Parts: sequence; C-alpha cells; structure tokens
Amino acid sequence: MGKILRRTFLIGTAAIVGGVAFGTYTVKKPYDNPLDGKLADGESTFNPYLKVTSDNQITVMIPRSEMGQGVTTTLAALVAEELDVRIEDISVEHAPASNAYFNAAMLEDGSPFPHYQRDFMADTARDAMGALGKVLGLQVTGGSSSVKDAWLKMREAGCAARETLKLAAAEREGVAADTLRTEAGHVIAGDKKIPYGELAEAAARLDPPSNMVLRDPKDWKMLGKPLPRTDARAKSTGAPIFGIDVRLPDMLFATIKMNPKLGGALKSFTADGAKAVKGVVKVVEMKRQDKEKFGGGVAVIATNTWAAFQGAEALEIEWDDADYPKDDAAIAEVLNEALTRQDQTPRDDGDVTAAFADAPQDQIVEAEYGVPYLAHATMEPMNATAWLRDGKFDIWTGNQAPTLIRDDTAYEVGLDAEAVEVHTTYLGGGFGRRGEVDFARFAARVAKETDGKPVQVVWSREEDMTHDTYRPASKSKMRARLGGDGLPVALDVQLASPSIIASVMARTFPSLSPAGPDNTMFHGAADQPYGIENYRVAAGIAPIDIPIGFWRSVGHSYNAYYMESFLDEVAEKAGKDPLEMRLALLKEHPAAIGVLEKVAEMSDWKAPARAGRGKGLAFHLSFGAWTAEVIEVSLLDGEVKIENVWCAVDVGTALDPSIVKAQLQSGIIYGLSAALGQEITFADGQAEQTNFDTYDAMRMSQCPNIEVEVLENAKHLGGAGEPGTPPAIPALANAIHAATGKRLRQMPLSKDIDFV
Amino acid sequence: MKLTVNSKEIEIEADPDMPLLWALRDLAGIRGPKFGCGIAMCGACTVHVNGEPVRSCSLAVGDVDGPVVTIDGLPDGDKLHVVQEAWITEQVPQCGYCQSGQIMAAVALLKNNPDPSDEDINDSMSNLCRCGTYPQIRAAIKRAASMKAEA
Ligand code: FES
Ligand code: FES
Repeated sequence: MGKILRRTFLIGTAAIVGGVAFGTYTVKKPYDNPLDGKLADGESTFNPYLKVTSDNQITVMIPRSEMGQGVTTTLAALVAEELDVRIEDISVEHAPASNAYFNAAMLEDGSPFPHYQRDFMADTARDAMGALGKVLGLQVTGGSSSVKDAWLKMREAGCAARETLKLAAAEREGVAADTLRTEAGHVIAGDKKIPYGELAEAAARLDPPSNMVLRDPKDWKMLGKPLPRTDARAKSTGAPIFGIDVRLPDMLFATIKMNPKLGGALKSFTADGAKAVKGVVKVVEMKRQDKEKFGGGVAVIATNTWAAFQGAEALEIEWDDADYPKDDAAIAEVLNEALTRQDQTPRDDGDVTAAFADAPQDQIVEAEYGVPYLAHATMEPMNATAWLRDGKFDIWTGNQAPTLIRDDTAYEVGLDAEAVEVHTTYLGGGFGRRGEVDFARFAARVAKETDGKPVQVVWSREEDMTHDTYRPASKSKMRARLGGDGLPVALDVQLASPSIIASVMARTFPSLSPAGPDNTMFHGAADQPYGIENYRVAAGIAPIDIPIGFWRSVGHSYNAYYMESFLDEVAEKAGKDPLEMRLALLKEHPAAIGVLEKVAEMSDWKAPARAGRGKGLAFHLSFGAWTAEVIEVSLLDGEVKIENVWCAVDVGTALDPSIVKAQLQSGIIYGLSAALGQEITFADGQAEQTNFDTYDAMRMSQCPNIEVEVLENAKHLGGAGEPGTPPAIPALANAIHAATGKRLRQMPLSKDIDFV
Repeated sequence: MKLTVNSKEIEIEADPDMPLLWALRDLAGIRGPKFGCGIAMCGACTVHVNGEPVRSCSLAVGDVDGPVVTIDGLPDGDKLHVVQEAWITEQVPQCGYCQSGQIMAAVALLKNNPDPSDEDINDSMSNLCRCGTYPQIRAAIKRAASMKAEA
C-alpha cells in the first residue's frame, strides 16, 4: 500500500480530502498489465482483461470474484460483445491480484451523497472517490459494484483488442483497416476468414487506434439477453473449483481453533490429546495480534482434515476474556445509551425540532425497532491453502479482495508483495465475509510451520460461525408527524449501532485510523428519496468491540426494515394505503414510481385481501437499484407461511436479465432467512450459535413462489447482488401485520410469531 | 480398507471412525461431495450408499456396507446424467457449493418418484442452499422428470 493510503482513508467515509491532491497525472497514469511476463508460450495479451493463444484460445480475465453473482458470465460478455466472440468460445479465469484491477465504482458509492442526487457537488465527490479507488488500486468484489465498474473498462478492452486485430490483419493483407470487419473470433477480409489467434502476436505489439467507438447498445448480440452461465457445467458436476478442493503435492491439512471470546488472548493450552490423534503432525500456537484485534489460538496440522478437526477438539485451552460486553443484556445497554446520542447527523432537512414542537399528539407516530447480530454463514466454510518455500509464497483461496490478501499475507510471511501470488478460486458463497483477510492470514502463518510443504487450512463450521465478522446489532427510534393530507411532514430517525468501518479498518489496515463519518451506518435511512420536508437522520456509535463486517447490503439490511416498517405504521395511522402514500412521497422519482406501479400490478395489490392472508409492501433504493417488493403470507393454525413474493427492480440497464433476476431472488431469500429465525446471541463473551442446527436458513419447504420483473428506466446503472435483501424483511413484517394485526418490531420476526 | 466408489474398487488406509466424506475427499481424492457443516444439517456432502442418499459427513467409513456413488460418478463417460442436464438448462447454480449435494438428493428422489409434485419436492429436498436457488432446483427436478419420461 502506498503512502497515500497511510495518510488518509476512506471506504464508506467522507474523507475525500486526498482526492484532489493526487493530481491528474497520478490519476490518469495507467497500471502496467499484470499479465505481461506471465504468459505461456504462444500466448499474447492486449490488456489486463485478455489473453489469446496462437491457436485461437481466447481467455477473458475476470477481475472480480465469482461467488454466484455471475461475474464470470456477465463481465466476460462485456469483452466478448466488443471483441466479436461467442461466449461459448471463450474461457474465463479469475485475474491475478493486481492494482490494475482496482474497483472505482465501489468507492464512488461510498461518497456521502445519495444515489439520486446528481449535481455538481455530488458528482465531484463521486469522481474524487473513484479516482481514489484507482490510486489505491483496491481489487475488491463488493457493494454490488462489479458491473458498474466493468461497464466501460471491459467493453473498451474488447473493443481495443478487436481494432488492433484488424490493424494487424490490414498490415498482413496489405489492405486498409476500414475495409475489414470481425465475426465470431475472426477478422473477415473479403472472402478470407483469419482467426484471431493467427494475428494475436502481431496485434498485441500495436497500439490501439485512438478513435475507438463502442458498439451501440441496439447492436448488441449478447449483452441485454440471458446468456448460458460459463460456470454452470462445472457447478453441476461437482468439479473441484473451490478453495477447499485445492490439492498440491505433499500437501498437509490443518485447522485452527481461535479464542471464541473474540480478540482475546490464549492463556495456556495442552496439546497432548491433540498429538495423540492419529494423523496429527504438529500443533502450533497462534499468537494474538493486538493491532489487528485477532485473538490468540492454536493450529493443528495433520495429514487429513478430519484428523486436524479431531486434534483441535482434543486440545485443552484456557482462554482470556474479550474486550466487549459479555452478553446480550450488556450489549443492549450500550446500544440504548448510544440511542440517546447524535454522534453523526448525516441528514437534517427542514427543521425537525420545530415540526414536532407544535405537533398535536394524535398526529405523531412513534416506534422503536431492533435487530440482532447475524453471521454470514457462507455454504463453504472459511479456508485457504498456503505454500511458503524458497522466498516465494502462493495462496489459493476463495476471496473478495485479492490485493488485500496479497499485501497482508506478504506481511505475515515477511516477504515483499511481489513474491506473493494469489490464486482466487471460485467462492462457495461470499456475502461480504470473504472480503476479510483473517482466513488467509491464518493460513499464511500456518504455512510458516510446515517446512516448505503446502498446507490447506479449513475451518470447522463451528469455528466459522463463532468467528465471523458479524452484521452488527442495531436499534432505532422512529418518529413521524402527519400533515393535514395524511402524509408525513416530518420524519426523525435515531439510529444506534457500532461502526462497521471502524471494525473493518482495524483488521485490514491496522496502521490507519478512519477519517470522517461511517456512511454505512446510515445507508438505507439517510439516502432514501422520500420527499419529506423535515427529514432528519442521526446516529449514536455504540462502542462494542465484537468484530463486525459487511453483510449482504450492509446498513441497508437493517435501516430498510426500520424505514419501511415504520412507514407502514405511518400509513396505518393516517388511514392511507401504503402504496398510495409511497407514490405520493416519491413523485419526483420516475424510477421509484415505475417499480411501485409494476409491483402493484404483479401482486394485484388493489384486490381485496383474501381471508387468512395479508400482503405487505416495501420500497427501497440501494446500490443504485430501485426496488419494490410485495410479500403475501397466509395463516395456518396460527403459523405464518410465506406464499408469494413479487419484486420489481430498476437497474437502468440489465446486462443479463436472467442473472439479475436470480440475484434479486437470492437476495430476497437471504433476507427472509434472517427474518425466519437467525440471530447470533452472546453469552460469556462468545457466540451461542455454532452450526446450522441453531442458526438455520430458509429451506425448500419454506420457499415461496418468487416473481421478479426487471425494468430499465433509471438513468444510472444499479447493482443486483444486494438490493433484493433490504426490502424483503419489512415487506414480510408488513404482510404479517396485514394478516394478524401484529406489528413486529424485533428481528428475527420469529421472536414474536411462528413460521411454518 | 476396500470401498467401491463410482463402480471402481479403491483401497484406502482409513481409521474406520473417519467420516466417509473425509475418506473420499482427503484420502481417495474424490472431491465432488463438499463439506458444509459436519453434523448432517446441510446436505452438501450427500452421496449414495446402496442407492440411498446419505450425508457422508455423518457416516463412519467403517460402517459403509455397499457401493458408494458420488456426483463424480453420475455421468456416463462424457454424457451427463439427465438431472445434471436439467440443472444446466435451468441455470440452477449460483455459487454452486451446495449443488453436488442437491443433485445427489434430486437423483435419489426421482428414482423413487419419477413425477414428484411440489409437495414431494418440499418433503425430500431438505438440503440447504445459502444462495437461495430453490425455485430453480424445483424447476430443474420437474424438467428432469419430463426428460426422463420422454427418453
Ligand atoms: S457437511 Fe454433511 S450435512 Fe453438512
Ligand atoms: S448455490 Fe450457493 S449455496 Fe447453493
């Protein structure tokens, strides 16, 4: 990491100070192509996204991590569309760790301005954050940003390659380049069809022409249509594509057992029992790292995973305590105290205090809400395979942040970043958890103990669930004043939660301290497009040192629940239809109106409720996607069954409508899973839930019918991976209210109601 | 100890208490079955023993008393099993990690019930999918059923 990073920091914060200071040169200067010098015989590269062999094998390098969201299909299609090759004819590979694959779009979204604000100031802030993204060179998958970031870059890469291939063909054939065209991996010169592979070596030495024009979307052959996923076959045949499937010669297998009182030290341990397990080779202490707040623990190295697990179970360990409140009651106290503080006030339109001062009591609506800690629970437990030998270090792991893994593991093994190679495998789920570095750092440390042999470090599910970087617990106090027309004229949102950015920064960049407010805390509350004259959002930061991180949709995951459930309460008090109220409050935003009207039509919102059933509505704007969801529940012997989910989303341009739909559906199920009963509770300083028996998720038998419609009216591109999640929970809570009259203000909703 | 896996006899040196899952993955190099929970709660490790679906993380290898089939043994040479074909046509997998277990569970279901209703699918498909691919799994099972009926 460069000097700049050490001076200021920023993801999700307002610290754009550095943005201007980089100067145009630093920002414009391109990164070197990381594929140069790493090519096999007969392979040529045009830019960081493309390799072509002389026998016409075309490989698109995917800069983001495939965790189900389809980047190995959609991002490949961006290049393929411009390059004129069929998606079936290319291969895809995860790109190596390189700053050249920086993610500017994710940082742009971290600017403090809401998505719908498009004026000089907001755009300047976004540009500055994007520039910073480039200078920092952070290669990260997150924030539903993959398509937004690749949108221009990867089409330009395909276009530049196509044009240089034409130049090379023109030279070879002695004709003018503008007499040539391309088709399905060939340059067409009159009746001659020259495969790209034959031209690749010559073309790669040419500079692309300066007058390149990207294809008009109306001429697209692949983009905008559902494509066959490039990973479907491997994933339907059990292929060994995940981190846990990596095999190397003479490999050892290990597991770790870290202090479940997170961040606490190890006091003492006895390894005799572990060493007695057949197959256990070595037991090593993992020292607590104070700066990064990683606790102490023990690693067990063995000849197979099961022996390592057995060994870990046989360890006798005495743990030190953690630095945070010991149990849920103590945690709640800290949150309640933070609920009285306004450490940050990211939005303060009009005069909220005055609006409430003279309000008649019967025009005021008030409510308090709360949510628990949540685990990511990716299907594939955390793991990494590490190999340290001869001054070189390789790590294979499913991860969302290759350059961070490179830099942090280099630090662990005491090598320069250049000596480290990160091999990103397919991810058995990410949801934000694999943007962390702990699993890679621990594996690097274990690799120092194996005398040059590769070692795969796999966490048990219990280790994974009790050592997550959780979605934080949070509380809110909501207050609204109704105006004469029944619409709210004032909205006052008081939030309390620990700061995710502060927690992530401590682990990931221990030498830095975050500057500016943590915008992720207010995402979903302060950035919503509701036209309410007096609109205030304030937050108290709760000092609770339980490791927390980015959980699918981050702050939106709970703020959408507060906002959209509360607006349902406001509509009820005003005697208004929840749809009509939102249409009125969002009338300035055609994309919002579009998804609301669409979802109303899909769900037949206006039809009278059927006996024993109820429908609930929620709207939300997150990651640039305008989303409206209606959920219908039924009651079966007092138990709630989720019957139907209708979702309308506007992402501006849907590059692959079928993948966008699948992502929205996935996000909805992820959110509903949380509502059905997920919570991480703490007792004696440790998480009480350890596996899927106590922390389950939605199963097939609970899965409703889900319909998603994708609209393309919005002006700007929106993401797809996360936006399905936030509105799902309030839409369900509102549906349950409609069916039962019960207002559920605590997550999981199963606290107050039984689900089928 | 000897095991028959995917119609081949293999010899491994395993503690009889070792779960079948780890014997397959770490000793026999058969990595189709995945590890998700280790306590029979998720189904990522599903294989067939004697033609019945089994959560291999919770069956000691010493207790295996018949031939084992994993997803790696489903295709007939290059030709995929119809359930796999249906999975690809319906574009089921997202992250894909649960899918070998889901497919093995679906193959077992269709063997006993060639035309399962939604309710039958709900009753027998209890494997977890954190990516929420259930609607596509449902569609793929029905597609496989009709492909089989036509064949
Ligand atoms: S790993 Fe066997 S059921 Fe989860
Ligand atoms: S596809 Fe990811 S867990 Fe099922």
